[in-house]
Amino acid sequence: MRLYAVVAAGGFRRHTTYRIATAAGVFTNTVFGAIMAYTYMALWSVRPRLGGYDQAEALTYVWLGQALIMTVAMMGGGFEDELIERIRTGDIAIDLYRPADLQLWWLAGDVGRAAFHLLGRGLVPLAFGALAFDLALPADPLTWLAFLFAVFLGVLVSFSIRYLVALSAFWLLDGAGMAQMAWLGGIFFSGMLLPLNVFPGALGEVARALPWSALLQIPADVLLGRHTGWGLARAYGFQLGWAALLLGVGRLLQAAATRRVVVQGG
Amino acid sequence: MAETVADGVAGAAAPESWREARAGRLRGAAEGIRAYRLIAGMWIRSTLAYRASFLMTALGNFLATGLDFVAILLMFSHIDALGGYTLPEVAFLYGASGAAFGLADLVMGSMDRLGRRVRDGTLDTLLVRPVPVLAQVAADRFALRRLGRITQGLLVLGYALPALDVHWTPLRALLIPLMLLSGAAIFSAVFVAGGAFQFFAQDASEVQNSFTYGGNQMLQYPPTVFAKDMVRGVTFVVPLAFVNWLPAMYVLDRPYPLDLPGWLAFTPPLVAAGCCALAGAAWRAGVRAYRSTGS
Repeated sequence: MRLYAVVAAGGFRRHTTYRIATAAGVFTNTVFGAIMAYTYMALWSVRPRLGGYDQAEALTYVWLGQALIMTVAMMGGGFEDELIERIRTGDIAIDLYRPADLQLWWLAGDVGRAAFHLLGRGLVPLAFGALAFDLALPADPLTWLAFLFAVFLGVLVSFSIRYLVALSAFWLLDGAGMAQMAWLGGIFFSGMLLPLNVFPGALGEVARALPWSALLQIPADVLLGRHTGWGLARAYGFQLGWAALLLGVGRLLQAAATRRVVVQGG
Repeated sequence: MAETVADGVAGAAAPESWREARAGRLRGAAEGIRAYRLIAGMWIRSTLAYRASFLMTALGNFLATGLDFVAILLMFSHIDALGGYTLPEVAFLYGASGAAFGLADLVMGSMDRLGRRVRDGTLDTLLVRPVPVLAQVAADRFALRRLGRITQGLLVLGYALPALDVHWTPLRALLIPLMLLSGAAIFSAVFVAGGAFQFFAQDASEVQNSFTYGGNQMLQYPPTVFAKDMVRGVTFVVPLAFVNWLPAMYVLDRPYPLDLPGWLAFTPPLVAAGCCALAGAAWRAGVRAYRSTGS
């Protein structure tokens, strides 16, 4: 366990090196947040209770999206490119010798990365949004705690999806296509473009049932106080269920993949 | 610097040397375009070596950029007008900006890799080659898959044009290609300026993204949606409004939000030329300021 804590801390520390990149990213998230906030205001001024949100809640949703986009890696990025590269070059064979579990190892690093991005790229855009717009942020610290846990579960689900994407490189060698497909799913079905409860009819129902809704929609709804009591437990259950299922599939694939590894020598 | 001094001293021979300088610059530009073509051609050949992979990534590019429009369609499943603009009108803005940005992204989109080259020192290899650096950086990893974005923008534009409730005149029709080409030039200038910025802030390619991708996203919506100061910013500071907003206001017969005169709708080529000149100057300043990592 201690090993994975060290790996997680390493994942966190590794990203602290990119200070200018982080500042530039904060700037970008703020610009995109402002653009989206105005389009949402235009939309909600015509349909004031769209998706069950009032305008302040819709704006909060926008800025949460910008704050979490890197944390839950909605657009991909993070460890999977590196893992795909290691699979492609065969370096993965070295990883398999290590006295650590492959999946847990990468998960620990990714949790560290997520924690850094939550602080480094999440706080400032959210603070800017709260200053420049009327947001519906809760005063109750318990709601914030509940939100943070939902974000953590979102990171788990996000990791488990991206781990599957990376493992596909064992069969496809070039993981770019899969990564792009997962990226598309992530950006659309996480509710990054538009809250999933604004999606009409069956599309909305499907979108809310897919694992990506665990990345943004559920954490946002937890913060907006739409999941409380048993509803909160159900929301966590949904996230945990997807995480367990996808991590389990990841284990199976990993076992199948490691049997396939042929070390090419040299 | 030495050149300007020589020009001043030469005095009488000025027209001659000016003509020479211009010829030299033209030769440089021609050389740059030739080099760009060669490098881009090389990357196209390497891309097409894996045809299935190319088709997948181009399709992915097409779908990814299309998601924005799907979001707009979802919005319009709840409303009839956004910021006072109907769906065909928003689609017109979207298609025009998307196609112009797509063109710029195809030609200049690799500029955001410059920061990495500065950091790891591989820019030095480009500097010692007898080929304009800008052409090399811009053509580096030329990504043919970006045709997906252009296709998507043109398709939305193709849906919007016949659906618009516009009294078409030759002038209005002429504005469409003018808008796409000048828009592409303006976005290209922003890419180059962003590249120049990375000589100084090597790790900050995302700042460039907020002006290119962010600008594109903003222009996809009507100007009435945004706060006055934001509209002022993209009109007077980074003149992205000339990509589509101003010409589109003439086509759609709507007043521009800041009470600007209507004839500005015809100025995008001038603005584009100005932007390209400024971006070129910024680029040269960046190259001059470049200090290798020494690694």
